[in-house]
Amino acid sequence: MGQPIGASSAIASPETSDYFHAKKGILSWLTTTDHKRIGILYLGSILFFFLFAVGLGVMIRLELFSPGEQFVDSQGYNRILTLHGITMIFLFIIPSVPAVFGNFFLPILIGANDVVFPRLNLASWYFYIFGGLLALGSVSLGGVDTGWTFYVPYSSDTADNVYLPVFAAFILGWSSILTGLNFIATVHRLRAPKMTWFKMPLFVWSLYATSWIQILATPVVGITLLLILLERVLGVGIFDPAKGGDPILYQHLFWIYSHPAVYIMVLPAMGVVSEIIPVFCRKTIFGYKFIALSSLAIAGLGSLVWAHHMFTSGMADTARVIFSLLTFLVAIPSGVKVFNWLATMYKGSIKLDTPFLFALAFIFLFSVGGFTGLIQGALSTDIHIHDTAFIVAHFHYTMFGGGGLMFLAALHYWFPKMFGRMYKKAVAKVAFLFFFVGFNCLYFPLFLAGMAGMPRRYADYPVEYTVYHRFSTVGSWIMVTGILLMLGNLVYAFFKGRRAEKNPWGGATLEWTVPSPPPTHQFATDPDVSRGPYDYSDEVKDE
Amino acid sequence: MSESIAGNDPAGNGAALSAAGEVSHGMQGQKNHEGHHGGHEEHYDPVAGKIGMWLFLFTEVLLFGALFIVFAVYLFEFTWQFRQGSSELNIPMGATNTLILLTSSLTMALSIALLERGRKALATKMLNATLAFAGAFLVIKAFEWGAKFEHHIYPGSEHLLEKTKGEIVFFGLYFVMTGLHALHVIIGMGVILFAKRKMARGEINPERVLFLENTGLYWHLVDLVWIYLFPLFYLIG
Amino acid sequence: MDAHDAGSHHVPLKLYFMVWISLVVLTGVTVGAYYADLQHMAIFAALLIATVKVSLVLLYFMHIRYENKIFTVMILAVLATYGIFIALTFADYFYR
Repeated sequence: MGQPIGASSAIASPETSDYFHAKKGILSWLTTTDHKRIGILYLGSILFFFLFAVGLGVMIRLELFSPGEQFVDSQGYNRILTLHGITMIFLFIIPSVPAVFGNFFLPILIGANDVVFPRLNLASWYFYIFGGLLALGSVSLGGVDTGWTFYVPYSSDTADNVYLPVFAAFILGWSSILTGLNFIATVHRLRAPKMTWFKMPLFVWSLYATSWIQILATPVVGITLLLILLERVLGVGIFDPAKGGDPILYQHLFWIYSHPAVYIMVLPAMGVVSEIIPVFCRKTIFGYKFIALSSLAIAGLGSLVWAHHMFTSGMADTARVIFSLLTFLVAIPSGVKVFNWLATMYKGSIKLDTPFLFALAFIFLFSVGGFTGLIQGALSTDIHIHDTAFIVAHFHYTMFGGGGLMFLAALHYWFPKMFGRMYKKAVAKVAFLFFFVGFNCLYFPLFLAGMAGMPRRYADYPVEYTVYHRFSTVGSWIMVTGILLMLGNLVYAFFKGRRAEKNPWGGATLEWTVPSPPPTHQFATDPDVSRGPYDYSDEVKDE
Repeated sequence: MSESIAGNDPAGNGAALSAAGEVSHGMQGQKNHEGHHGGHEEHYDPVAGKIGMWLFLFTEVLLFGALFIVFAVYLFEFTWQFRQGSSELNIPMGATNTLILLTSSLTMALSIALLERGRKALATKMLNATLAFAGAFLVIKAFEWGAKFEHHIYPGSEHLLEKTKGEIVFFGLYFVMTGLHALHVIIGMGVILFAKRKMARGEINPERVLFLENTGLYWHLVDLVWIYLFPLFYLIG
Repeated sequence: MDAHDAGSHHVPLKLYFMVWISLVVLTGVTVGAYYADLQHMAIFAALLIATVKVSLVLLYFMHIRYENKIFTVMILAVLATYGIFIALTFADYFYR
């Protein structure tokens, strides 16, 4: 082999000295407390549930290809879309970036050797798996047809088995809480000496803000889901109008979590964007402090807008006006980020490598989602488009084109570090192109269909809407081709990719100072943090 | 299998990161009591452990807090009927339980203070007292619930469903919230028993009180919830 | 941040008892206020007294008075968040 173990050479000897190969056997993985291995455990399981949910999405689009009910009836259709929502939201997007890349890289980025509570970290993954199995188990019982939102009174009444999926969501909430708890404590206690708060990478800031949402919002939906179960089992009646309950109160409690949840999805994604752009522009990030604080602002303001999901529910007008105003306000810190990213690119020395393509796509796709969010935030227009395909398009642009996209981006950015190999970049770019084109073909028509009156969660529709759906379904095939090509490329690289060096992209954050892949204990001594995370001032610039 | 965390002081007091694979006991104080299997730890970071515990307590605040929001909304909507329901609760029993929990918080706090002063035997007695008070609380709670059941008041009962809507909601919330609280009392007793065992083995000692402190924090939270439960349920009649 | 616990060493045992006495007295006041028939003010008085009791438990039994400031900041932030949740929910119910 020729390389001494643990040498800080450019190309590490992977087989003996890195975290992946340090210990052999499944048991060593299932009992690991190494944050990097836990990130990989999450990666495998999250990719599994992602592909499962993509499959469900393909089925949805197949049914919608033509009017009428071809493959499933309405009940079956409801069950598919409910499972698609539950899996995508609770088993893919919410955990994805924090649980995979947060776990793997947060400690490294702050110069630590692990998180504060490594065993809690592993427990978090087991909660995830348990919740995932419960969700899959609900399939075997025929599924549930309430929608992922489990609105009462239907979720109290439906004959479908509600217990398993609701309990699954409850358990998955605990996984999320434990991750957030670990990250907050880690950021407070384990930063390298001299790494002050404003010297941390922005990805860490985004994870910190996200973690607070996980801590504060998740318990609210947890107890609310428990109340549904108590209603079904004991007939408690807290949301049952016949017993004095108010179904709108359920919606309040549900969305108090589920709206901030979308910021759990998008803040880490934005953090990844902030990491990628400076590297591929060879320029320090513009407005570091504003971006850092905007993460906190989004977390804070984003927790105050939940009832914009309830404009047509029967709430008081005063509330609707207040929430509409707050919804407009939360766009501001997001806008700050977008402007700062663009300013970073200005006069930068740009290299259009794969991760950067993803980041650019994020800015476009998330902005489309964000602008359409404003349309929804305005009371008058929301009355018209609420519960239509417009909403479906909006949240896919933001959650998938935003959150999901940056999960794939992070994979392409950090793959060489995690696995010590580089993928075929040409294939990655082609896959990205398929994804981007397919994504827009899939979702943009849905804005138009929604404005024309196409409701969401409908398996059937009048023949006038067919052209939108045909376009959209074909788009789904193109996009899925891109996804499969992307993942196939990465899997191939995992086994046969050429070895990657320590810093293939020329990044300035700490993970690029350790070998690819890193050893189990990445820092034998405190790392030198005198170079800031976005400091490219030593680069030679062409005039 | 070795694990490695740094019990590091970010203010830069020169603590080097541990690469030798020592376990930091920063992780005490979860409800799901994991085994903290002894051993000699080089980096014991009680501040990290305490932050972790407080973060967990915040989740409990929001968990019960959501139920209090439900209570507040329905109190606003059904004020008169909530008062009717409240008048059927036994104030002396509720007040006694309040005093019991307050005193158990005292004994819990004293057990920590005494252990830090090296008075291990007395500290153990304080933990026993805390357990006794907790048990007494549950006994009284059982009597209260029993009395309600005897009067055919329980979720889904025909008698309850004949009452006004506000009363149905009131008693639904009564059983859910005091029930969830009692569950936390039971879990707290389990954690205290666990702490007693660790103390007996010397794993909790004057130099290493984090687990006991975190147990105390959890116990005080249980007390805090009751401090709001009592007036809202019992004293609005 | 202190690496060692700044807590109980500085708290004389007598203080715990004094806090406990205060809590017992306040409980008595709460119950007394109930019987004093304050009508609509009763619930607010009860909640106010409960908040004082909670503060005592937080500050002394839970040592916040003696801990690093970060805990106070976190607790206040959490309570503020929770308060806003209640307030915004009532933006609906108060105006129905």
